[in-house]
Amino acid sequence: MDRKLLNRLYDRGFLFIGIFATSISLIFLLALLLDILADGMGRLGWQFLSSYPSRKPEEAGILSAWVGTVWIMVLTGCIAFPLGVSAAIYLEEYSRKNWLTDIIEINIANLAGVPSIIYGLLGLGLFVRFMNMERSVIAGAMTLAILVLPIVILSTREAIKSIPPSIREASYALGASKWQTIRNQVIPAAMPGIMTGVILAMSRAVGETAPLITIGALTYVAFLPTSPISSEFPYLSFQGFFDAFTALPIQIFNWVSRPQKGFAIDAAAGIIVLLVITFVMNAFAIYLRQKYQKKIRW
Amino acid sequence: MSYRRFQKIKEWFIEKALFLSALFSVFITIGIIGVLIFETFEFFKVVSIVDFLTDTQWTPLFSEKHFGILPLFAGTFVTTIIAMAVSLPVGVITAIYLSEYASNKVRIFIKPILEILAAVPTVVYGYFALLFVTPLLQKVIPDMSGFNSLAPGIVMGIMIIPIIASLSEDAMHAVPMSLREGALALGATRFQVAIKVVLPAALSGIAASFILGISRAVGETMIVAIAAGQQPRLTLNPLVPIETVTAYIVQVSLGDTPTGTIEYSTIFAAGMSLFAVTFVLNIVSYWLKKRFREEYE
Amino acid sequence: MKKAMIFLTIMAVFAGFTAPESYAATVVKIDGSSTVYPITEAVAEEFQKVEKGKTKVTVGISGTGGGFKKFCNGEIDISDASRPIKPSEVELCKKNSIEYVELPVAYDGLAVMVNPKNNWVDYLTVKELKKMWEPEAQGKIKKWNQIRPNWPDKEIHLFGAGVDSGTFDYFTEAINGKGGASRGDFTASEDDNVLVQGIATDTLALGFFGVAYYEHNKDRLKLVPIDDENDTNGKGPVLPEYDNVVKGTYQPLARPIFIYVNKKSAEKSEVQRFISFYMKKGAELSKEVGYIALPEKAYNLGLGRFEKRIAGSVFGGHGAQVGVKIEDLLQKEGK
Repeated sequence: MDRKLLNRLYDRGFLFIGIFATSISLIFLLALLLDILADGMGRLGWQFLSSYPSRKPEEAGILSAWVGTVWIMVLTGCIAFPLGVSAAIYLEEYSRKNWLTDIIEINIANLAGVPSIIYGLLGLGLFVRFMNMERSVIAGAMTLAILVLPIVILSTREAIKSIPPSIREASYALGASKWQTIRNQVIPAAMPGIMTGVILAMSRAVGETAPLITIGALTYVAFLPTSPISSEFPYLSFQGFFDAFTALPIQIFNWVSRPQKGFAIDAAAGIIVLLVITFVMNAFAIYLRQKYQKKIRW
Repeated sequence: MSYRRFQKIKEWFIEKALFLSALFSVFITIGIIGVLIFETFEFFKVVSIVDFLTDTQWTPLFSEKHFGILPLFAGTFVTTIIAMAVSLPVGVITAIYLSEYASNKVRIFIKPILEILAAVPTVVYGYFALLFVTPLLQKVIPDMSGFNSLAPGIVMGIMIIPIIASLSEDAMHAVPMSLREGALALGATRFQVAIKVVLPAALSGIAASFILGISRAVGETMIVAIAAGQQPRLTLNPLVPIETVTAYIVQVSLGDTPTGTIEYSTIFAAGMSLFAVTFVLNIVSYWLKKRFREEYE
Repeated sequence: MKKAMIFLTIMAVFAGFTAPESYAATVVKIDGSSTVYPITEAVAEEFQKVEKGKTKVTVGISGTGGGFKKFCNGEIDISDASRPIKPSEVELCKKNSIEYVELPVAYDGLAVMVNPKNNWVDYLTVKELKKMWEPEAQGKIKKWNQIRPNWPDKEIHLFGAGVDSGTFDYFTEAINGKGGASRGDFTASEDDNVLVQGIATDTLALGFFGVAYYEHNKDRLKLVPIDDENDTNGKGPVLPEYDNVVKGTYQPLARPIFIYVNKKSAEKSEVQRFISFYMKKGAELSKEVGYIALPEKAYNLGLGRFEKRIAGSVFGGHGAQVGVKIEDLLQKEGK
């Protein structure tokens, strides 16, 4: 066979192989989603969302789990936001190109690749044992906040980087100091990008199971954390943050480990809820990013 | 004090506060290493490092105690190999297809699919591996155990495809069009351009993605904790229950052991080995990434 | 001003996601055996319904040993145990000045199980079990035909309780002759669900755990009759069925299971309500989850011991004891 024809054949052949390889991902995702929906869709309903876990699969629900997830998510965001944004501001606006800055940057890149269970061990050794926080909401949130920190830092840096120097220069020209410029011009302008990062970070925190298991989140939790609004002075209590808790991925994990078929269905239904939360958050973050990119017309 | 002076002092404090936040990330790494080293040190007071690295059994809690980490790493190894056997070819081929063949429309459609695959929580993958993939495989391989390394390995592989595909694609994207155009002008097909020009040029980026993929597979916890089993065993057989380093840590954590016991320190010894391995892999990947970024600037 | 608004909003979000009754709820902390867990979980669930959120109950499964560690460190109020307290734990409790009231809650026929597709195991003798599970078997006994030559030349996949499990202590005491003495190369878990899952999906598997877990998974597991080769208590291989356990012919694997209550915690009204509820509903709920309920007399005796705060174990703090029949238990508790 002549060379040219062979090459054309390879080319054509690879086209099909390429399409096939790419469709593997698509087919797998479809199989996953269809399987989960088929298993769990029927179980979803008000009862499922508002009941506590139970020994009877038909009565079990995810109330303590999704409330726990909300607590963890918001708390993680609250901790990661100031830490991450401050670090990013420093790196973008203040730092000089010296060895210390390099170390910090390499460090952040490295932390992004550390397995999540290692963060769990850190949380266990430091927060739960050494600082005696026990297996509480706050210990979980702090562990997860550290885990998602690189995400917040990275997105914030991108957002700040994309603001043209002219904005800053105009502000200085009007007599503002460095911090005033950052606070009043740069941060508000970068806000959509920062929010994108925070939302992505929170959505990551929602799905993490291993670190929470390691610090000891329980699976049989038939109550909700104590409300911050208490009936006695000073009407504000932080007790809830030190309560035991559970979260969606942990409840799912517990149900998957149980052999009864009924719990597999519960797990699938729980997964649907988890996926909905994850996808909605990711979609929202991406939407923000798109909108923000369109808005900028410097 | 003048207003200006006050401002200057305030600004100085703010800068230092921000600096501390940035430094915090270094503290985190120090914290991780510190906690791991401290507890591992406790572990090695009881167990010799030679035993730890060479013993072929991991039975730290039984009457005949063995503290060899090899069976756990064997479990991690088998699942990782299977995962990479899936993700590397599929990931690279997908990347080549998207970068060299596919139209813009296809690219816009496929990229979100890959992002979704990457965003799915691992506990969901674990569910899928145990309750869908394993029964499916058991129809073909009847003697396969319910807990095995084949199903989670395959699922992990698919989970890693987005990492390989997007990093490799970035690397290929960075190869200048002029190289491609030169080859095409000489009469090469897309396939030849892809394999003979782009691939070699993007090699360090692809290698970086590969190493990063391995690191991800090694550190993966939930998929193997759910579907691979809890039996530390020095084997390469993918059809039997095994236990990975990560699954062991989860297993002990579920039992919630008190501080100061030998069990407690075993999870940190396991964690330390895990950290060491992924750390090395990440550094290699980072270095390779830097190389491909610099090559064409 | 703006910051205060954001802070209050976040607090309101948290407040919105809490139950109104959870203002001043009290907690009863329980942990320990995964064998006892189904009963305690059932009791806790029904109890919390009755209390309407006034009391929270958390139940963990760290295993009998794990539970005792926490119990003797004062971290939990009640310890679930599938065997009596053992000497090292008695020591630890004494060291931390923790006194305890021992309450039997049910009887368990520790069951040995294989996969339903396993068509070669018709019964097992205690001697054969020992051969499979003793420490010397580690690394050596790997195939079915090493137990009985006419069995398949295929691997045995063993599943059993982990070292923190009272079931583990009891099984090793009963089968291997010494509590804690066992091979280490099997799938060990304090979570019996993992074991059920493992055996149900593996044709070559064999494992042991509390019979309640069999009851809930009947269609996926096959029970193995045990022959203790002792004709005085039931001839031939015996299944852990209700009658056999009650009569005392399922030996040596029938055993009482317990909860231990911290005497100091017993002063709390919520703990008192919980224990009283447990003793009253124990019979009904243990049957529901698949265990053998003790005679009503036993629960009344138990409640009496609790109310009088009679501390200590009737088993002398020696850990697992083999061959305790229900009448023996009643006798001991009645003293």
